[in-house]
Amino acid sequence: MLATERESLRHEIAELAEKFEHKRDGMMPMLETIQEKYRCVSDFAMQEVARQLGVFPTEVYGVVSFYSFLSTEPKGKFVIRLCRTLSCDFAGKREVARQLENELGIRFGETTKDRLFSLEYCNCLGMCDNGPALLVNNDVYTRVHPELVSDILEKYRRMFGPASQLEEMEAHHA
Amino acid sequence: MANVVHIMERYEPGSGLKKALSQSRQDVIRTVRESGIKGRGGAGFPTAVKWNLCAVVQSEKKFIVCNADEGEPGTFKDRLLLAERTDALFDGITIGGYAIGAKLGIIYLRAEYTYMRPGLEAKLAERRTSGLLGTSILGSGCNFDIEVRMGAGAYVCGEETALIQSLEGNRGEPRNRPPYPVNTGLVGAPTSVNNVETLIACAHILAKGPEWFRKFGTEASTGTKLLSISGDCKKPGVYEVPWGISLADVIDLCGGEGAKAVQVGGASGRTVPAAQFRRKLGFEDLATGGSIIIIGPERDLLDVAENFLDFFVEESCGQCTPCREGNPKLLEGVQLLKHGKCSIGYLRELQGLGRTMQAASKCGLGQSSANAFLDITEHFRSEILGRVSERGQGSGAREQGRAS
Ligand SMILES: Cc1cc2nc3c(=O)[nH]c(=O)nc-3n(C[C@H](O)[C@H](O)[C@H](O)COP(=O)(O)O)c2cc1C
Ligand code: SF4
Ligand code: FES
Repeated sequence: MLATERESLRHEIAELAEKFEHKRDGMMPMLETIQEKYRCVSDFAMQEVARQLGVFPTEVYGVVSFYSFLSTEPKGKFVIRLCRTLSCDFAGKREVARQLENELGIRFGETTKDRLFSLEYCNCLGMCDNGPALLVNNDVYTRVHPELVSDILEKYRRMFGPASQLEEMEAHHA
Repeated sequence: MANVVHIMERYEPGSGLKKALSQSRQDVIRTVRESGIKGRGGAGFPTAVKWNLCAVVQSEKKFIVCNADEGEPGTFKDRLLLAERTDALFDGITIGGYAIGAKLGIIYLRAEYTYMRPGLEAKLAERRTSGLLGTSILGSGCNFDIEVRMGAGAYVCGEETALIQSLEGNRGEPRNRPPYPVNTGLVGAPTSVNNVETLIACAHILAKGPEWFRKFGTEASTGTKLLSISGDCKKPGVYEVPWGISLADVIDLCGGEGAKAVQVGGASGRTVPAAQFRRKLGFEDLATGGSIIIIGPERDLLDVAENFLDFFVEESCGQCTPCREGNPKLLEGVQLLKHGKCSIGYLRELQGLGRTMQAASKCGLGQSSANAFLDITEHFRSEILGRVSERGQGSGAREQGRAS
C-alpha cells in the first residue's frame, strides 16, 4: 500500500471513529464500512481501528475473524455466496455449485485472477421456499439453476467493464 | 382451508401504538400478559414476563432489541414480515420500548438481509415525520427512536447474549446467564430482546385486545404461529396457522404427501418420523420458531444429518468443549454410517455424546445441535445401519471454502 493511501485510510478510519464517538460499540459498523469499501479489513486497518477505539489490535482481529462477512484477505469485487443448507440442497444446489465453478474457473473459497469474483458457501439465506438461493454482494437470487448461472455472472461482468481496468484499480488497495 | 388464518394481515398503522400510549406502562404489560403470548423466536419465554422484568429495574438507560437475525435453517417468515409488515413491527417495537421504559429500539438485522435495510430506514424516516417516532410520539410525551444495526454473518448471534456481544463490538460469543439481559444487557443496561414476529403480534394484541388473540391456539399456546415451510412439498411458503395444528394437517396444507419425516424447528429442531405425524405444534409438544422442512420419501436421512452437522461445526462459536468438540465427532460418525463403517457400540457412544452435549453446552446452539442426529439414529435405524459403502460415496460430500 502506498504511503498516501495509508494516510487516506488512516484519515477515513479516524472520521468513522469520530462518527461513533470512539465507542467500542461502533466497532462493527466501522468494520462493515471498511470491508465494503476495501473488500477486506487489512492489518493496517485493524491497527488503526484499535488505536481509534483504544483497544488492542488482537481484539479487532478477534472480531474480524469471527464473522463470515468480514475478512482479512481481500475478496473479489463481487462475492458470490451460495446457500449450502438443507432446503437449497434438496432444491438442487449441487448442480448450481458445479456450474459456478465451471463458469468462474475457480473452486469454492477462491477468488478469480481478475479479482472480480469470490466464490463461497454460506448458510441459510432465508429463501428456502425459493431455493437454490445465492447472494452476489447484497443482491439475492432465487430458484437459480445451472442455466441461469452464466447470465448472472455476465450481468456483473458487464457492470464493471474490462477486467484489466479493474485490476489496475484494485492493485492500489492490495 | 380451515387451518389457515390471517390474523396478522390487516393492521391499521399506529392503531396498537395509540392504544398503548393512552394506557399506563403497567396496563400495556397486563394486556400482553392476558394474551398469553410466548416468544416466537424459538425459546417460548412469556413476553409479558420479560417486559416486566425489564420494566421494574430502575435505570436511566434501557433498550429494546428486535432480533432480526433469522438464521435458523428453513426459517424465512421474518424476512417476509420485515418487508411487508413493517408498520406493525415498528409499532410493536415502540410499544415494547414504552412498556419497559426504553428510549431506543435497535433492529439487529442479519448481514444476509442487507438488501432490506434501505426500505426499513426509509420507513423509519417516514415515521419520524408523521410523529410515530421521535420526540413526544403522537403528543404523548413519550420519546422513542429506532435504529438498524447490522450483523456480519454468524448464526450464533441470533442467541440473545451473543447478539448483545455483537452489538457491543465483540465476537458473538454467548455469555453465561444469569445475569440475564433484562438486568444486564446491552452496555450493561436492562435490555429486552424480542423476535420480529413476537413484536408484531404484540402490536395486534394492543390494537384488538387479548381476548381476540386467545381465540386462536390452545390453552398453553395462545394465538397463531407463522410457519416457514420448505423442502419436498408442492406449495412451500409462509403460512399462518393456529397453534395446536397437527403435522399431518401441516403436510396437507403444503402438499407434502408421502413425506417420511418432517424437520420441525430447523437444524436445531426435531426430526419427526411419519409414524408421529399426529403430534401437534405448540409449547405442549413440538415448540418451534416456525421452520418446517418436509423430507420426502427418496431422501437419505444421513444426508440430512450431515448437512446439519456441517452447519453446526461451522457455526459453533467454539467457546465450550461439548459443542466445539462434539459436533465434529458426530459429523464424523455420520460419515462412518454413510460408509457402513460404524459399529453399534460406537453408535451408542455417539448417542451418549449427543446427550452430553445437550446437557453440558453453554448455549442453545450446542444444547440442540445433536437433536437431529439423535432423532435420526433412533427412528431410522433400518435405514442407517449396515450400509454398503458405495451408497455413501459421492452424496453430500463436505463443502469446503466458506469465508473465514
Ligand atoms: C443459536 C441460537 C440462535 C438463535 N437465533 C434466533 C433468531 O435468529 N431470531 C430470534 O428471534 N431468536 C433466536 N434465538 C432465540 C433468542 O436467543 C431469543 O430467545 C429470542 O430472540 C427472544 O425473543 P422471543 O422471546 O420473542 O422469542 C436463537 C437462539 C439460539 C440459541
Ligand atoms: S454451545 Fe457452542 S455456540 Fe454455544 S457457547 Fe458453547 S461453543 Fe459457543
Ligand atoms: S436453505 Fe437455502 S435459503 Fe434457506
